[in-house]
Amino acid sequence: MAAPASVSDINLNPADLVVSLRGVTKTYDSGIVALGPLDLDVRRGEFVSLLGPSGCGKSTALRLIAGLNAPTSGVIQVSHRGSEMGAGHSIGFVFQEPTLMPWASVRENVRLPLKLGRMPASEANGRIAQALAQVGLADFADAFPRELSGGMKMRVSLARALVIDPDILLMDEPFAALDEITRFRLNNDLLTLWRSLRKTVIFVTHSVFESVYLSQRVIVMTARPGRIAAEFHIDAAEPRAEEFRTSAEYAGYCRDVSHALTPLHQGRSIR
Amino acid sequence: MSTRQTPPVSLDKAAVDERLLRIIRILAPIMVLAVSIGLWSLIVRINNIQPYVLPGPEAVFQTLIDDWPVLSRSLLVTLSTTLEGFVAAAVGGILMALLFNQSKWLEYSLFPYAVILQVTPVIAIAPLLLIYLPQQTAVVVCAWIVGFFPVLSNTTLGLNSVDRNLAGLFRLYGASRLQTLCYLKLPAALPFILGGLRIAGGLSLIGAVVAEIAAGSAGAGSGLAYRIAESGYRLNIPRMFAALLLLSVAGMVIYGLLAFVSHLILRRWHESALGKES
Repeated sequence: MAAPASVSDINLNPADLVVSLRGVTKTYDSGIVALGPLDLDVRRGEFVSLLGPSGCGKSTALRLIAGLNAPTSGVIQVSHRGSEMGAGHSIGFVFQEPTLMPWASVRENVRLPLKLGRMPASEANGRIAQALAQVGLADFADAFPRELSGGMKMRVSLARALVIDPDILLMDEPFAALDEITRFRLNNDLLTLWRSLRKTVIFVTHSVFESVYLSQRVIVMTARPGRIAAEFHIDAAEPRAEEFRTSAEYAGYCRDVSHALTPLHQGRSIR
Repeated sequence: MSTRQTPPVSLDKAAVDERLLRIIRILAPIMVLAVSIGLWSLIVRINNIQPYVLPGPEAVFQTLIDDWPVLSRSLLVTLSTTLEGFVAAAVGGILMALLFNQSKWLEYSLFPYAVILQVTPVIAIAPLLLIYLPQQTAVVVCAWIVGFFPVLSNTTLGLNSVDRNLAGLFRLYGASRLQTLCYLKLPAALPFILGGLRIAGGLSLIGAVVAEIAAGSAGAGSGLAYRIAESGYRLNIPRMFAALLLLSVAGMVIYGLLAFVSHLILRRWHESALGKES
Protein backbone atom coordinates (compact mmCIF):
# COMPACT_ATOMS: atom_id res chain seq x y z
CA MET A 1 0.00 0.00 0.00
CA ALA A 2 1.46 3.27 -1.03
CA ALA A 3 0.84 5.73 1.72
CA PRO A 4 -0.56 8.82 0.07
CA ALA A 5 1.44 11.93 0.49
CA SER A 6 -0.32 14.40 2.69
CA VAL A 7 2.38 16.97 3.16
CA SER A 8 1.44 20.33 1.80
CA ASP A 9 3.59 21.45 -1.03
CA ILE A 10 3.85 24.92 0.45
CA ASN A 11 6.72 25.49 2.80
CA LEU A 12 5.04 26.60 5.95
CA ASN A 13 6.03 28.94 8.64
CA PRO A 14 5.10 26.88 11.72
CA ALA A 15 3.54 29.93 13.36
CA ASP A 16 1.07 30.02 10.52
CA LEU A 17 -0.34 26.63 11.39
CA VAL A 18 -3.62 26.71 13.25
CA VAL A 19 -4.35 23.00 13.30
CA SER A 20 -1.80 20.25 13.09
CA LEU A 21 -2.47 16.50 13.29
CA ARG A 22 0.35 13.96 13.41
CA GLY A 23 -0.31 10.22 13.16
CA VAL A 24 -3.75 10.62 14.69
CA THR A 25 -5.88 7.48 14.97
CA LYS A 26 -9.18 6.77 16.62
CA THR A 27 -10.41 3.34 17.62
CA TYR A 28 -13.84 3.19 19.20
CA ASP A 29 -14.64 1.05 22.22
CA SER A 30 -16.44 -1.36 19.91
CA GLY A 31 -13.10 -2.07 18.24
CA ILE A 32 -13.94 -0.22 15.04
CA VAL A 33 -10.93 1.63 13.70
CA ALA A 34 -12.53 4.84 12.51
CA LEU A 35 -9.62 6.96 11.55
CA GLY A 36 -6.07 7.18 10.54
CA PRO A 37 -3.30 7.38 10.87
CA LEU A 38 -3.95 10.92 9.71
CA ASP A 39 -1.55 13.83 9.18
CA LEU A 40 -3.09 17.19 8.49
CA ASP A 41 -1.93 20.79 8.59
CA VAL A 42 -4.26 23.73 8.27
CA ARG A 43 -2.97 27.28 7.90
CA ARG A 44 -4.53 30.38 9.33
CA GLY A 45 -7.40 31.69 7.25
CA GLU A 46 -7.55 28.62 5.06
CA PHE A 47 -10.78 26.97 3.86
CA VAL A 48 -10.22 23.21 3.86
CA SER A 49 -12.77 20.55 3.06
CA LEU A 50 -12.60 16.95 4.21
CA LEU A 51 -14.40 14.90 1.60
CA GLY A 52 -15.14 11.23 1.80
CA PRO A 53 -17.76 8.47 1.77
CA SER A 54 -20.14 8.08 4.69
CA GLY A 55 -18.50 6.60 7.75
CA CYS A 56 -14.96 7.37 6.63
CA GLY A 57 -14.15 9.09 9.88
CA LYS A 58 -14.17 12.68 8.64
CA SER A 59 -16.65 13.72 11.32
CA THR A 60 -14.53 11.86 13.84
CA ALA A 61 -11.51 13.89 12.74
CA LEU A 62 -13.48 17.08 13.29
CA ARG A 63 -14.62 16.02 16.76
CA LEU A 64 -11.03 15.19 17.66
CA ILE A 65 -9.87 18.64 16.55
CA ALA A 66 -12.67 20.21 18.59
CA GLY A 67 -11.62 18.18 21.61
CA LEU A 68 -15.03 16.54 21.86
CA ASN A 69 -13.31 13.15 21.70
CA ALA A 70 -9.75 12.12 22.49
CA PRO A 71 -7.57 10.43 19.87
CA THR A 72 -6.44 6.85 20.48
CA SER A 73 -2.92 7.78 19.38
CA GLY A 74 -1.14 10.67 17.74
CA VAL A 75 -0.77 14.35 18.45
CA ILE A 76 -3.27 17.12 17.80
CA GLN A 77 -2.20 20.73 18.10
CA VAL A 78 -4.69 23.54 17.88
CA SER A 79 -3.59 27.15 18.14
CA HIS A 80 -5.56 29.20 20.65
CA ARG A 81 -4.12 32.57 19.80
CA GLY A 82 -6.24 35.64 19.39
CA SER A 83 -9.30 34.69 21.38
CA GLU A 84 -10.29 36.78 24.32
CA MET A 85 -12.48 34.02 25.64
CA GLY A 86 -9.49 32.02 26.81
CA ALA A 87 -8.16 28.65 25.76
CA GLY A 88 -10.68 26.15 24.52
CA HIS A 89 -13.11 28.79 23.33
CA SER A 90 -11.48 29.70 20.05
CA ILE A 91 -13.35 26.98 18.20
CA GLY A 92 -16.79 27.40 16.75
CA PHE A 93 -18.55 24.16 15.90
CA VAL A 94 -21.49 23.70 13.55
CA PHE A 95 -23.12 20.28 13.65
CA GLN A 96 -24.93 18.41 10.91
CA GLU A 97 -28.20 19.19 12.66
CA PRO A 98 -28.83 22.76 13.83
CA THR A 99 -28.63 21.47 17.44
CA LEU A 100 -30.54 24.40 18.89
CA MET A 101 -32.19 24.50 22.28
CA PRO A 102 -35.91 24.28 21.42
CA TRP A 103 -36.91 26.05 24.65
CA ALA A 104 -34.89 29.17 23.93
CA SER A 105 -35.37 31.97 21.42
CA VAL A 106 -32.93 32.55 18.59
CA ARG A 107 -31.25 35.29 20.63
CA GLU A 108 -30.81 33.06 23.67
CA ASN A 109 -29.49 30.23 21.50
CA VAL A 110 -26.85 32.50 20.04
CA ARG A 111 -26.09 33.87 23.51
CA LEU A 112 -25.25 30.41 24.84
CA PRO A 113 -21.46 30.35 24.28
CA LEU A 114 -21.14 33.84 25.77
CA LYS A 115 -23.29 32.94 28.76
CA LEU A 116 -21.20 29.85 29.40
CA GLY A 117 -18.12 32.07 29.18
CA ARG A 118 -19.72 34.45 31.72
CA MET A 119 -19.58 37.50 29.49
CA PRO A 120 -21.53 40.49 30.86
CA ALA A 121 -24.92 40.84 29.18
CA SER A 122 -24.25 44.40 28.00
CA GLU A 123 -21.28 43.29 25.94
CA ALA A 124 -22.95 40.06 24.85
CA ASN A 125 -26.02 41.80 23.43
CA GLY A 126 -23.97 43.73 20.91
CA ARG A 127 -22.12 40.62 19.81
CA ILE A 128 -25.33 38.67 19.42
CA ALA A 129 -26.88 41.38 17.29
CA GLN A 130 -23.75 41.45 15.14
CA ALA A 131 -23.65 37.66 14.70
CA LEU A 132 -27.33 37.55 13.78
CA ALA A 133 -26.83 40.35 11.28
CA GLN A 134 -23.91 38.46 9.74
CA VAL A 135 -26.14 35.49 8.94
CA GLY A 136 -29.07 37.69 7.90
CA LEU A 137 -31.35 36.86 10.82
CA ALA A 138 -31.43 40.22 12.61
CA ASP A 139 -35.24 40.27 12.43
CA PHE A 140 -35.69 36.83 13.92
CA ALA A 141 -33.99 37.26 17.29
CA ASP A 142 -37.19 36.61 19.23
CA ALA A 143 -38.41 33.66 17.17
CA PHE A 144 -38.25 30.14 18.50
CA PRO A 145 -36.38 27.43 16.58
CA ARG A 146 -39.57 25.58 15.67
CA GLU A 147 -40.84 28.65 13.86
CA LEU A 148 -37.86 28.68 11.50
CA SER A 149 -37.15 26.79 8.29
CA GLY A 150 -34.30 24.31 8.08
CA GLY A 151 -32.02 26.82 6.38
CA MET A 152 -32.75 29.49 8.97
CA LYS A 153 -32.06 27.09 11.83
CA MET A 154 -28.71 26.35 10.23
CA ARG A 155 -28.02 30.08 10.07
CA VAL A 156 -28.76 30.38 13.80
CA SER A 157 -26.35 27.54 14.41
CA LEU A 158 -23.74 29.39 12.34
CA ALA A 159 -24.38 32.63 14.24
CA ARG A 160 -23.90 30.78 17.52
CA ALA A 161 -20.53 29.52 16.27
CA LEU A 162 -19.51 33.00 15.09
CA VAL A 163 -20.61 34.91 18.18
CA ILE A 164 -17.48 34.04 20.16
CA ASP A 165 -15.37 35.30 17.23
CA PRO A 166 -13.52 31.98 16.96
CA ASP A 167 -10.18 31.45 15.24
CA ILE A 168 -11.36 28.20 13.76
CA LEU A 169 -14.75 27.24 12.43
CA LEU A 170 -15.39 23.51 12.33
CA MET A 171 -18.38 22.50 10.22
CA ASP A 172 -19.65 18.95 10.19
CA GLU A 173 -21.75 18.46 7.04
CA PRO A 174 -23.75 21.50 8.04
CA PHE A 175 -25.85 21.76 4.89
CA ALA A 176 -26.30 18.06 4.15
CA ALA A 177 -29.91 17.97 5.27
CA LEU A 178 -30.99 21.06 3.32
CA ASP A 179 -32.57 21.28 -0.11
CA GLU A 180 -30.29 22.25 -2.97
CA ILE A 181 -31.59 25.79 -3.41
CA THR A 182 -31.14 26.60 0.27
CA ARG A 183 -27.79 24.89 0.29
CA PHE A 184 -26.50 26.93 -2.66
CA ARG A 185 -27.58 30.13 -0.98
CA LEU A 186 -25.94 29.16 2.29
CA ASN A 187 -22.77 28.17 0.38
CA ASN A 188 -22.59 31.66 -1.09
CA ASP A 189 -23.29 33.32 2.25
CA LEU A 190 -20.65 31.19 3.94
CA LEU A 191 -18.09 32.18 1.30
CA THR A 192 -18.95 35.86 1.74
CA LEU A 193 -18.57 35.51 5.51
CA TRP A 194 -15.29 33.68 5.14
CA ARG A 195 -13.92 36.38 2.84
CA SER A 196 -14.87 39.17 5.23
CA LEU A 197 -13.99 37.46 8.53
CA ARG A 198 -10.98 35.41 7.37
CA LYS A 199 -11.65 32.56 9.74
CA THR A 200 -9.95 29.23 9.34
CA VAL A 201 -12.65 26.84 8.20
CA ILE A 202 -12.51 23.05 8.25
CA PHE A 203 -15.56 21.82 6.41
CA VAL A 204 -16.67 18.20 6.35
CA THR A 205 -18.88 17.15 3.47
CA HIS A 206 -19.71 14.20 1.24
CA SER A 207 -20.57 16.41 -1.70
CA VAL A 208 -17.85 16.78 -4.33
CA PHE A 209 -19.55 19.86 -5.77
CA GLU A 210 -19.88 21.59 -2.44
CA SER A 211 -16.27 20.92 -1.46
CA VAL A 212 -14.87 22.23 -4.76
CA TYR A 213 -17.11 25.25 -4.73
CA LEU A 214 -16.17 26.34 -1.23
CA SER A 215 -12.62 25.28 -0.57
CA GLN A 216 -9.11 26.37 -1.26
CA ARG A 217 -8.05 22.83 -0.52
CA VAL A 218 -10.03 19.59 -0.79
CA ILE A 219 -8.77 16.58 1.10
CA VAL A 220 -10.23 13.32 -0.15
CA MET A 221 -10.39 10.55 2.41
CA THR A 222 -10.56 6.78 1.97
CA ALA A 223 -13.27 4.55 3.38
CA ARG A 224 -12.89 3.42 6.96
CA PRO A 225 -10.41 3.70 8.50
CA GLY A 226 -10.19 7.20 7.07
CA ARG A 227 -6.86 8.26 5.63
CA ILE A 228 -5.96 10.91 3.16
CA ALA A 229 -6.31 9.57 -0.37
CA ALA A 230 -5.63 12.73 -2.31
CA GLU A 231 -5.38 16.44 -1.94
CA PHE A 232 -6.46 19.13 -4.38
CA HIS A 233 -5.75 22.82 -4.43
CA ILE A 234 -8.64 24.68 -5.94
CA ASP A 235 -6.96 27.74 -7.37
CA ALA A 236 -10.01 29.40 -8.85
CA ALA A 237 -10.14 33.15 -9.11
CA GLU A 238 -11.63 34.95 -6.11
CA PRO A 239 -14.25 35.97 -5.33
CA ARG A 240 -16.21 32.92 -6.37
CA ALA A 241 -19.90 33.26 -7.07
CA GLU A 242 -22.69 31.54 -8.96
CA GLU A 243 -20.83 31.87 -12.29
CA PHE A 244 -18.10 29.63 -10.92
CA ARG A 245 -20.63 26.83 -10.46
CA THR A 246 -21.28 26.67 -14.20
CA SER A 247 -17.69 27.24 -15.38
CA ALA A 248 -15.62 24.62 -17.19
CA GLU A 249 -12.91 25.12 -14.61
CA TYR A 250 -15.31 24.10 -11.85
CA ALA A 251 -16.47 21.07 -13.80
CA GLY A 252 -12.84 20.05 -14.32
CA TYR A 253 -12.04 20.24 -10.64
CA CYS A 254 -15.18 18.28 -9.81
CA ARG A 255 -14.22 15.58 -12.29
CA ASP A 256 -10.75 15.23 -10.82
CA VAL A 257 -12.02 15.10 -7.27
CA SER A 258 -14.76 12.61 -8.14
CA HIS A 259 -12.14 10.48 -9.79
CA ALA A 260 -10.08 10.39 -6.64
CA LEU A 261 -13.17 9.43 -4.70
CA THR A 262 -13.96 6.30 -6.71
CA PRO A 263 -12.47 3.21 -5.02
CA LEU A 264 -10.41 2.33 -8.12
CA HIS A 265 -8.30 5.40 -7.77
CA GLN A 266 -8.14 5.56 -4.05
CA GLY A 267 -4.74 5.58 -2.46
CA ARG A 268 -3.21 7.36 -5.44
CA SER A 269 -2.54 11.00 -5.38
CA ILE A 270 -3.62 12.70 -8.58
CA ARG A 271 -1.97 16.00 -8.22
CA MET B 1 -59.29 22.46 -25.53
CA SER B 2 -60.33 20.27 -22.72
CA THR B 3 -62.86 21.58 -20.32
CA ARG B 4 -61.76 19.62 -17.35
CA GLN B 5 -62.54 21.36 -14.19
CA THR B 6 -61.43 20.59 -10.72
CA PRO B 7 -64.35 20.59 -8.33
CA PRO B 8 -64.23 23.80 -6.31
CA VAL B 9 -62.79 23.07 -2.92
CA SER B 10 -65.22 24.35 -0.36
CA LEU B 11 -63.20 25.85 2.43
CA ASP B 12 -66.36 26.89 4.22
CA LYS B 13 -67.55 23.34 4.32
CA ALA B 14 -64.30 22.15 5.84
CA ALA B 15 -64.49 24.85 8.48
CA VAL B 16 -68.06 23.90 9.33
CA ASP B 17 -67.07 20.24 9.62
CA GLU B 18 -64.25 21.20 11.93
CA ARG B 19 -66.56 23.21 14.18
CA LEU B 20 -69.17 20.47 14.20
CA LEU B 21 -66.56 17.94 15.25
CA ARG B 22 -65.48 20.14 18.12
CA ILE B 23 -69.08 20.57 19.34
CA ILE B 24 -69.64 16.82 19.14
CA ARG B 25 -66.53 16.19 21.18
CA ILE B 26 -67.92 18.35 23.97
CA LEU B 27 -71.55 17.32 23.64
CA ALA B 28 -71.12 13.55 23.38
CA PRO B 29 -69.73 12.95 26.88
CA ILE B 30 -72.31 15.36 28.34
CA MET B 31 -75.06 13.39 26.62
CA VAL B 32 -73.69 10.15 28.04
CA LEU B 33 -73.70 11.72 31.51
CA ALA B 34 -77.27 12.98 31.18
CA VAL B 35 -78.53 9.65 29.86
CA SER B 36 -76.78 7.69 32.64
CA ILE B 37 -78.18 9.93 35.34
CA GLY B 38 -81.63 9.68 33.79
CA LEU B 39 -81.43 5.87 33.63
CA TRP B 40 -80.13 5.73 37.20
CA SER B 41 -83.01 7.84 38.42
CA LEU B 42 -85.53 5.82 36.39
CA ILE B 43 -84.30 2.46 37.68
CA VAL B 44 -84.42 3.64 41.28
CA ARG B 45 -87.97 4.97 40.86
CA ILE B 46 -89.45 2.10 38.86
CA ASN B 47 -88.08 -0.55 41.20
CA ASN B 48 -88.77 1.60 44.22
CA ILE B 49 -85.26 0.97 45.57
CA GLN B 50 -84.69 2.25 49.08
CA PRO B 51 -82.03 4.96 49.58
CA TYR B 52 -80.00 2.74 51.92
CA VAL B 53 -79.61 0.28 49.04
CA LEU B 54 -79.20 2.66 46.12
CA PRO B 55 -80.07 6.34 46.38
CA GLY B 56 -81.26 8.11 43.28
CA PRO B 57 -79.21 10.97 41.84
CA GLU B 58 -81.63 13.50 43.33
CA ALA B 59 -81.00 12.11 46.81
CA VAL B 60 -77.27 12.29 46.30
CA PHE B 61 -77.41 15.93 45.23
CA GLN B 62 -79.78 16.71 48.11
CA THR B 63 -77.27 15.15 50.53
CA LEU B 64 -74.45 17.07 48.94
CA ILE B 65 -76.31 20.31 49.68
CA ASP B 66 -77.62 19.33 53.13
CA ASP B 67 -74.31 17.89 54.35
CA TRP B 68 -72.15 20.55 52.68
CA PRO B 69 -70.75 21.92 55.98
CA VAL B 70 -69.46 18.48 56.99
CA LEU B 71 -68.40 17.42 53.51
CA SER B 72 -66.65 20.68 52.64
CA ARG B 73 -64.59 20.51 55.81
CA SER B 74 -63.61 16.93 54.97
CA LEU B 75 -62.84 17.93 51.38
CA LEU B 76 -60.50 20.61 52.67
CA VAL B 77 -58.72 18.13 54.93
CA THR B 78 -58.21 15.63 52.10
CA LEU B 79 -57.13 18.32 49.68
CA SER B 80 -54.54 19.75 52.05
CA THR B 81 -53.21 16.23 52.72
CA THR B 82 -53.01 15.67 48.98
CA LEU B 83 -51.27 18.99 48.43
CA GLU B 84 -48.70 18.33 51.16
CA GLY B 85 -48.03 14.85 49.80
CA PHE B 86 -47.81 16.19 46.26
CA VAL B 87 -45.38 18.98 47.11
CA ALA B 88 -43.23 16.55 49.10
CA ALA B 89 -43.31 14.10 46.18
CA ALA B 90 -42.46 16.81 43.64
CA VAL B 91 -39.59 18.30 45.62
CA GLY B 92 -38.30 14.93 46.79
CA GLY B 93 -38.59 13.28 43.39
CA ILE B 94 -36.88 16.09 41.49
CA LEU B 95 -34.11 16.52 44.08
CA MET B 96 -33.41 12.82 44.20
CA ALA B 97 -33.32 12.61 40.40
CA LEU B 98 -30.83 15.49 40.35
CA LEU B 99 -28.67 13.70 42.91
CA PHE B 100 -28.83 10.47 40.90
CA ASN B 101 -27.85 12.42 37.81
CA GLN B 102 -24.80 13.89 39.49
CA SER B 103 -23.61 10.65 41.03
CA LYS B 104 -24.04 7.23 39.39
CA TRP B 105 -22.83 5.74 42.64
CA LEU B 106 -25.81 7.18 44.54
CA GLU B 107 -28.19 6.11 41.80
CA TYR B 108 -27.02 2.49 41.85
CA SER B 109 -27.25 2.32 45.65
CA LEU B 110 -30.64 3.95 46.10
CA PHE B 111 -32.71 3.40 42.98
CA PRO B 112 -33.72 -0.20 43.83
CA TYR B 113 -35.24 1.03 47.07
CA ALA B 114 -37.23 3.67 45.31
CA VAL B 115 -38.63 0.88 43.13
CA ILE B 116 -39.39 -1.27 46.17
CA LEU B 117 -41.23 1.64 47.77
CA GLN B 118 -43.25 1.98 44.60
CA VAL B 119 -44.16 -1.67 44.01
CA THR B 120 -45.17 -2.42 47.61
CA PRO B 121 -48.90 -1.62 47.72
CA VAL B 122 -49.43 1.52 49.75
CA ILE B 123 -52.58 0.08 51.31
CA ALA B 124 -50.35 -2.54 52.93
CA ILE B 125 -47.85 0.02 54.21
CA ALA B 126 -50.45 2.43 55.59
CA PRO B 127 -51.43 0.46 58.72
CA LEU B 128 -47.78 0.12 59.67
CA LEU B 129 -47.14 3.83 59.21
CA LEU B 130 -50.19 4.59 61.34
CA ILE B 131 -48.62 2.67 64.19
CA TYR B 132 -45.36 4.59 64.15
CA LEU B 133 -46.40 8.07 63.05
CA PRO B 134 -49.06 10.53 64.18
CA GLN B 135 -52.10 10.02 62.01
CA GLN B 136 -51.87 13.24 60.01
CA THR B 137 -48.19 12.66 59.28
CA ALA B 138 -48.82 9.05 58.28
CA VAL B 139 -51.49 10.11 55.81
CA VAL B 140 -49.20 12.68 54.21
CA VAL B 141 -46.39 10.11 54.01
CA CYS B 142 -48.72 7.74 52.16
CA ALA B 143 -49.63 10.45 49.69
CA TRP B 144 -45.91 11.14 49.25
CA ILE B 145 -44.96 7.50 48.71
CA VAL B 146 -47.28 7.00 45.76
CA GLY B 147 -46.60 10.38 44.17
CA PHE B 148 -42.84 10.26 44.58
CA PHE B 149 -41.87 7.57 42.12
CA PRO B 150 -43.41 8.92 38.91
CA VAL B 151 -41.66 12.24 39.53
CA LEU B 152 -38.35 10.51 40.22
CA SER B 153 -38.44 8.17 37.24
CA ASN B 154 -39.73 10.79 34.79
CA THR B 155 -37.17 13.37 35.89
CA THR B 156 -34.39 10.80 35.63
CA LEU B 157 -35.55 9.90 32.13
CA GLY B 158 -35.69 13.57 31.19
CA LEU B 159 -32.23 14.36 32.52
CA ASN B 160 -30.85 11.47 30.50
CA SER B 161 -32.63 12.50 27.28
CA VAL B 162 -30.43 15.48 26.54
CA ASP B 163 -29.43 15.89 22.88
CA ARG B 164 -25.89 14.48 22.64
CA ASN B 165 -24.69 17.14 20.26
CA LEU B 166 -25.98 19.89 22.54
CA ALA B 167 -24.19 18.23 25.44
CA GLY B 168 -21.04 18.20 23.28
CA LEU B 169 -21.50 21.87 22.54
CA PHE B 170 -21.71 22.64 26.26
CA ARG B 171 -18.47 20.73 26.80
CA LEU B 172 -16.80 22.53 23.90
CA TYR B 173 -17.65 25.91 25.40
CA GLY B 174 -16.36 24.85 28.81
CA ALA B 175 -19.67 24.75 30.68
CA SER B 176 -19.47 23.98 34.38
CA ARG B 177 -21.58 21.20 35.90
CA LEU B 178 -23.98 23.73 37.34
CA GLN B 179 -24.32 25.56 34.01
CA THR B 180 -24.96 22.29 32.19
CA LEU B 181 -27.60 21.44 34.75
CA CYS B 182 -29.39 24.80 34.70
CA TYR B 183 -29.15 25.69 31.04
CA LEU B 184 -29.31 22.27 29.43
CA LYS B 185 -30.45 19.35 31.53
CA LEU B 186 -33.28 20.95 33.48
CA PRO B 187 -34.93 22.67 30.49
CA ALA B 188 -34.57 19.49 28.43
CA ALA B 189 -36.12 17.49 31.26
CA LEU B 190 -38.94 19.95 31.89
CA PRO B 191 -41.59 18.23 29.70
CA PHE B 192 -40.80 14.92 31.40
CA ILE B 193 -40.91 16.49 34.87
CA LEU B 194 -44.28 18.08 34.13
CA GLY B 195 -45.57 14.74 32.87
CA GLY B 196 -44.42 13.11 36.10
CA LEU B 197 -46.10 15.83 38.18
CA ARG B 198 -49.35 15.30 36.31
CA ILE B 199 -49.35 11.63 37.28
CA ALA B 200 -48.20 12.42 40.82
CA GLY B 201 -51.11 14.85 41.41
CA GLY B 202 -53.73 12.16 40.90
CA LEU B 203 -51.70 9.55 42.76
CA SER B 204 -51.24 11.79 45.80
CA LEU B 205 -55.02 12.00 46.10
CA ILE B 206 -55.22 8.21 45.89
CA GLY B 207 -52.49 7.87 48.52
CA ALA B 208 -54.28 10.27 50.85
CA VAL B 209 -57.58 8.42 50.42
CA VAL B 210 -56.02 5.02 50.97
CA ALA B 211 -54.34 6.18 54.15
CA GLU B 212 -57.51 7.81 55.43
CA ILE B 213 -59.44 4.61 54.87
CA ALA B 214 -56.76 2.62 56.63
CA ALA B 215 -56.85 5.12 59.47
CA GLY B 216 -60.63 5.28 59.42
CA SER B 217 -61.18 2.27 61.66
CA ALA B 218 -58.54 3.63 64.03
CA GLY B 219 -60.62 6.69 64.76
CA ALA B 220 -60.06 10.39 64.65
CA GLY B 221 -59.92 11.09 60.90
CA SER B 222 -61.95 13.75 59.22
CA GLY B 223 -61.06 13.56 55.51
CA LEU B 224 -63.45 12.61 52.73
CA ALA B 225 -62.36 8.98 52.62
CA TYR B 226 -62.94 8.78 56.35
CA ARG B 227 -66.45 10.15 55.74
CA ILE B 228 -67.04 7.42 53.19
CA ALA B 229 -65.92 4.70 55.61
CA GLU B 230 -67.93 6.20 58.44
CA SER B 231 -71.06 6.62 56.32
CA GLY B 232 -70.70 3.00 55.23
CA TYR B 233 -70.88 1.84 58.83
CA ARG B 234 -73.98 3.99 59.33
CA LEU B 235 -75.60 2.84 56.09
CA ASN B 236 -75.74 6.49 55.03
CA ILE B 237 -75.38 5.52 51.39
CA PRO B 238 -76.36 8.91 49.88
CA ARG B 239 -73.52 10.55 51.78
CA MET B 240 -71.10 7.89 50.55
CA PHE B 241 -72.07 8.78 47.00
CA ALA B 242 -71.81 12.50 47.67
CA ALA B 243 -68.31 12.13 49.15
CA LEU B 244 -67.28 9.90 46.26
CA LEU B 245 -68.54 12.50 43.82
CA LEU B 246 -66.48 15.18 45.54
CA LEU B 247 -63.37 12.98 45.44
CA SER B 248 -63.64 12.32 41.75
CA VAL B 249 -64.31 16.00 41.00
CA ALA B 250 -61.26 16.88 43.11
CA GLY B 251 -59.18 14.39 41.11
CA MET B 252 -60.35 15.88 37.83
CA VAL B 253 -59.64 19.42 38.98
CA ILE B 254 -56.13 18.47 40.13
CA TYR B 255 -55.39 16.83 36.81
CA GLY B 256 -56.87 19.71 34.85
CA LEU B 257 -54.88 22.29 36.79
CA LEU B 258 -51.59 20.46 36.33
CA ALA B 259 -52.28 19.90 32.63
CA PHE B 260 -53.05 23.60 32.25
CA VAL B 261 -49.87 24.69 34.06
CA SER B 262 -47.87 22.27 31.93
CA HIS B 263 -49.45 23.70 28.78
CA LEU B 264 -48.65 27.26 29.88
CA ILE B 265 -45.01 26.42 30.49
CA LEU B 266 -44.45 24.40 27.31
CA ARG B 267 -46.69 26.13 24.81
CA ARG B 268 -43.96 28.18 23.18
CA TRP B 269 -41.69 25.35 22.25
CA HIS B 270 -42.69 21.79 23.03
CA GLU B 271 -44.36 19.53 20.46
CA SER B 272 -46.89 18.26 22.99
CA ALA B 273 -48.27 21.75 23.58
CA LEU B 274 -48.43 22.91 19.96
CA GLY B 275 -51.57 23.00 17.88
CA LYS B 276 -51.92 20.80 14.81
CA GLU B 277 -51.51 23.77 12.48
CA SER B 278 -48.06 24.93 13.52
